Amino acid sequence: MEGLSIKQRFQETLKSVYFPFVAIVVSLLFGSVVILATSSTSPLTAYGHMLKGAFGSIAAFDSTLIKAIPLIFTALSFSLARRSGIINLGAEGQFMMGALAATAVGVATPNLPAIIHLPATLLAGFLGGALFGLITGVLKVKFGASELIITIMLNYIAKELISYFVNGPLMDSASSSYPQSAPMEPSARLYKFIPGLNVHTGLLIALAFIFLYYFFLWKTTAGFDMRVVGFNPSAGAYAGMSIGRSTILALFLAGGLAGLGGCIEIIAVQGRLMMTSFAVPYGFTGIAVALLGNLNPLGVLFSGILFGGLSAGALRMEVMTRDVSSSVAVVIQALIILFIAGRQMFAFKRRYRYRPSSEKRKGKTVVDDATEDESPTVQATAGEGE
Amino acid sequence: MNEVVSFFSTTIRLAAPTLLAALGIVFSERAGIVNIGTEGMMLVGALAGVIGSYVTGSAWLGMLIAVFVTVLFSAIFAYFTVVVKADQTVIGTGMNLLASGLTITVNRALFGASTSPPEIDSFGIVAIPGLSSIPIIGPIFFNHHIIVYLTFILVPIAQFVMFRTNIGLKVRSVGENPKACDTVGIRVGLTRFLSILYSGVLAGMAGSFISMGMVSFFTEGMIAGGGFIALAAVVFGNYTPRGVMLSSLVFGASNSLMYRLQALATNIPSQFLLMIPYVITIISLCIVSRKSNKPLGSGKPYIKE
Repeated sequence: MEGLSIKQRFQETLKSVYFPFVAIVVSLLFGSVVILATSSTSPLTAYGHMLKGAFGSIAAFDSTLIKAIPLIFTALSFSLARRSGIINLGAEGQFMMGALAATAVGVATPNLPAIIHLPATLLAGFLGGALFGLITGVLKVKFGASELIITIMLNYIAKELISYFVNGPLMDSASSSYPQSAPMEPSARLYKFIPGLNVHTGLLIALAFIFLYYFFLWKTTAGFDMRVVGFNPSAGAYAGMSIGRSTILALFLAGGLAGLGGCIEIIAVQGRLMMTSFAVPYGFTGIAVALLGNLNPLGVLFSGILFGGLSAGALRMEVMTRDVSSSVAVVIQALIILFIAGRQMFAFKRRYRYRPSSEKRKGKTVVDDATEDESPTVQATAGEGE
Repeated sequence: MNEVVSFFSTTIRLAAPTLLAALGIVFSERAGIVNIGTEGMMLVGALAGVIGSYVTGSAWLGMLIAVFVTVLFSAIFAYFTVVVKADQTVIGTGMNLLASGLTITVNRALFGASTSPPEIDSFGIVAIPGLSSIPIIGPIFFNHHIIVYLTFILVPIAQFVMFRTNIGLKVRSVGENPKACDTVGIRVGLTRFLSILYSGVLAGMAGSFISMGMVSFFTEGMIAGGGFIALAAVVFGNYTPRGVMLSSLVFGASNSLMYRLQALATNIPSQFLLMIPYVITIISLCIVSRKSNKPLGSGKPYIKE
């Protein structure tokens, strides 16, 4: 943004807020249709409860923040991969594998000092997800297989692996037949750090990783390469960058970010690994968070908090109205994905005249416009074609 | 011997929903659309079928309603990908999440969250007179749900339409080179839109067959990756209906193997058996991804200059 006048900066900011805002409003409108159709509660009442449950009090905001933390990690996972031209639909599974690896380290070694145990657990969480992401990266580079279906299949495999471990090797011997791990050792847990609030130090780790995400992509050579390869693979290859290496590194790191999210969810919130630990689709919701935040570090932070509020508020909405299902929040999240990805439909056509030549990229990647926030490319032609 | 017969019979039965959905996807893929939203479409079809059957008392009317609803649902996908020209993968993911949220909401509103599922009419097994009494071959091929027969009959028809008719030619060329098609007056957007709706028809049938043929109730998220496996079957089957049939049979066999091993009560933990279909899917994708018939314009929105 250097070299822009104040007016231009203001317009840029306005533009970056305009689409998310419209997408949220339209999604809430459609969501209210669903509420009307499936319950006898007025949408305004339902949304009122939702807002109160999300941001209505300190306690509400506290639970919003707790719910935002895993979403920030899965959103960073999707964003990092997307910036390098890969669609990571596997955050769901990587999140689980992070949780699994962290649990293995967190319950297995009692009597370790926290200063060793906690970092080891966090590292295990990162590596668990990262190695799972690496599988996709290697298969994509070695065999040219599309990451889309592979990541999704790996999600199902991760689910079965969790089921195996909580019913087998990691099963808590004290709780006999219930499928869950033993509680995490106190030395491997994260605790609350603000008096009176439940939010835990995972929030600080999340903030640190938002910064690291920014620093890596915009301030390091490897990150720069990754963004170039993502934006224009042939240009990247022409400049001597290895697309394969970038792909593998991106999926390793993306997996690690999701895995760390899973790890923190277990060691800070759930306390032990259970089958029900993954009832919320953190991975897929993270996609909505990433898109709404435009794959930007600050955007991910804000939309993460917003989506944390959406799920915290949805619970209150269900309890207070009794007949509006909290799954309405999933509908709203899905609609936000649709309206953000299809944001061209809300564009003012005349403002964005452009030459479509920048649109045409060679190579058979499925991922186009990975970083379309850099230039408002697609907007102009909406509705002009067929 | 009995076990072999039951293995092959189960393979065919389990391949059917994958094949049915894949026969739709193969057309939309050929038209240049990566339809990752199939999973959601099948889920919507599964619930709509159960509701339709519950309301009308007939599995056939239930399936008709499922098809109608799923086509409407797939029109949303078509609108965003073809008209708005948004990223197909992201929209597909959004559609899956939307289907998941909508089906849970509607299912809970209609039938309650935890009560036992309602009694509905479902598809029964129709043994073909005469043929089904041939030893071995009869029970394997001629003792199935009627949808299974229809699905396999559709394969040669789809093959013919795709490679021997004007419609098939249009669909294939729109995926391969949309710009050239536009130049000679083929309506790229319309062709793509209709091919998505067609895949919606078959996804609706496949989904409702799962909820009214395989079982006779709806559960949340019951497709469990079936839509993605159908998508993989298209890639593995190298984008032809005949190939899709073979790959669906491979996936059906891996499911069938899983059940067989479960029944044998081996020492292998059941979770690893449940992974088999997913692992086979991944392996199959790695085998074929080079040298494929994937259309050149796949996944890219066509933007007129």
